[in-house]
Amino acid sequence: MKKLESKKRYVLPGDFITTAPLRLQDNVVLEGKRVISTTIGLSDVSADSVRVISLNGIYMPKIDDLVIGTIQSIFGNSWFADINSCYQGMLLGQDVFGRGSYPTTSEMKERLDKGDIIFARIANSDRQREPLISIADKNLGKIDSGELIKIPPTKIPRLIGKHGSMIQTIEASTNATITVGQNGFIVVSCDETNGLLKALAAIRMIDEQAHLVDLTDKVKKMLEFNGV
Amino acid sequence: MGGRETDVVLLDENGIRSDGRKVNETRKVTIKVGVLKNADGSAYIEFGGNKILAGVFGPRDVHPKHMSNPDTGILRVRYHMEPFSVSERKNPAPSRREIEISKVLKEALEPAVILEKFPRTAIDVYLEVLQADGGTRCAALDAASVALADAGIPMRDMVCSCAAGKAADALILDVNNEEDQAGQADMPIGYMPNLGKITLLQLDGVLTTDEFKKCIELGLEGCKQVYEIQKNALREKYFSSGDNN
Repeated sequence: MKKLESKKRYVLPGDFITTAPLRLQDNVVLEGKRVISTTIGLSDVSADSVRVISLNGIYMPKIDDLVIGTIQSIFGNSWFADINSCYQGMLLGQDVFGRGSYPTTSEMKERLDKGDIIFARIANSDRQREPLISIADKNLGKIDSGELIKIPPTKIPRLIGKHGSMIQTIEASTNATITVGQNGFIVVSCDETNGLLKALAAIRMIDEQAHLVDLTDKVKKMLEFNGV
Repeated sequence: MGGRETDVVLLDENGIRSDGRKVNETRKVTIKVGVLKNADGSAYIEFGGNKILAGVFGPRDVHPKHMSNPDTGILRVRYHMEPFSVSERKNPAPSRREIEISKVLKEALEPAVILEKFPRTAIDVYLEVLQADGGTRCAALDAASVALADAGIPMRDMVCSCAAGKAADALILDVNNEEDQAGQADMPIGYMPNLGKITLLQLDGVLTTDEFKKCIELGLEGCKQVYEIQKNALREKYFSSGDNN
């Protein structure tokens, strides 16, 4: 594990990473033979690919991402949801009411109104149109209760941790249920106020210290300390 | 420019300039990152007597809609001088000069910013000159690229900028206000050091071909110095509490 850590390096836009002929993943470009970072982050050179883990930036929708959105408007046969991106998520009426149905605006409002929070999947995303989202799956749909908070989408992997270790730690010690959207929206629900506050504090902490090592231990300590 | 009469000695017999600098020395540059809470990215630069705030928004929806481009994002830059930025009140309405600078700065930033990733969106850069002291376009460009990086907008390289020029028959780095007014030439340069590309080059005044080449070399040296300061400012915000590297 240590070995992998040592390969990571802080980079800024324009910083040279490597000349090795590796597969280019996120946040890198090829200029001549040199691989260059395009953002502020941590460079990660693995055996066959190179990428930069960004420390800031907005969410770009990717197919099959699970996101949390708030309904912004109803237009024609679709809802438009804020998914914390430069594009709005488009949820088709057919997706909710079934194919071939033409729901009226009032029917749609009854099901999902402005300000409602949904847990959805990015069904399609291309350069031409607004990303299509879907709630036609189990676990997906309207979220009725909980606290919505926002962290930079680049810090979501940190919140989840390796194989979900971080989020499990928080959930176990606070009895909270945390729904995480890849877009940086998070809904935390908990029956006890104390647990809710602790979970929120832990998420804030991850937001502030996302670029530091041994974060899971630090969060664990913080949760234990508050618990006593 | 053009050798206006002045009492100031631009260059004394020891090769020291009116503000105490050597010919190949820049003014003191300090940059702060993330100074504005409501902007997606921001920076504040003090370039000698210049004080400039930069705020970046986006990528975001384009309004008016007809300006949007389905193939790529668009970059919009507004350079603006505050009424109190100069000794006599400046009319806050955009002047011909401000419109020109907005345009050249936009074109200086465009090669760096990867706009193709964000079709149908706009990235807005707002530059407010709080205090002007010659060379505001260079300082504004420096602040703008730091603010863009702070906003997390993908860039091939950061653009750094510094002017070179000629005053009292000597080539000088980083032209200040007096040298701009009374000197013989002023050449602002925008540069991407890692890619080795010049994105802004203007020249006001007269230089011989030889002087022109030397002037560019001198200016690029200044750009590289500014580049280090830009990078340090970003490192301070993003990496300072880390022990990595």
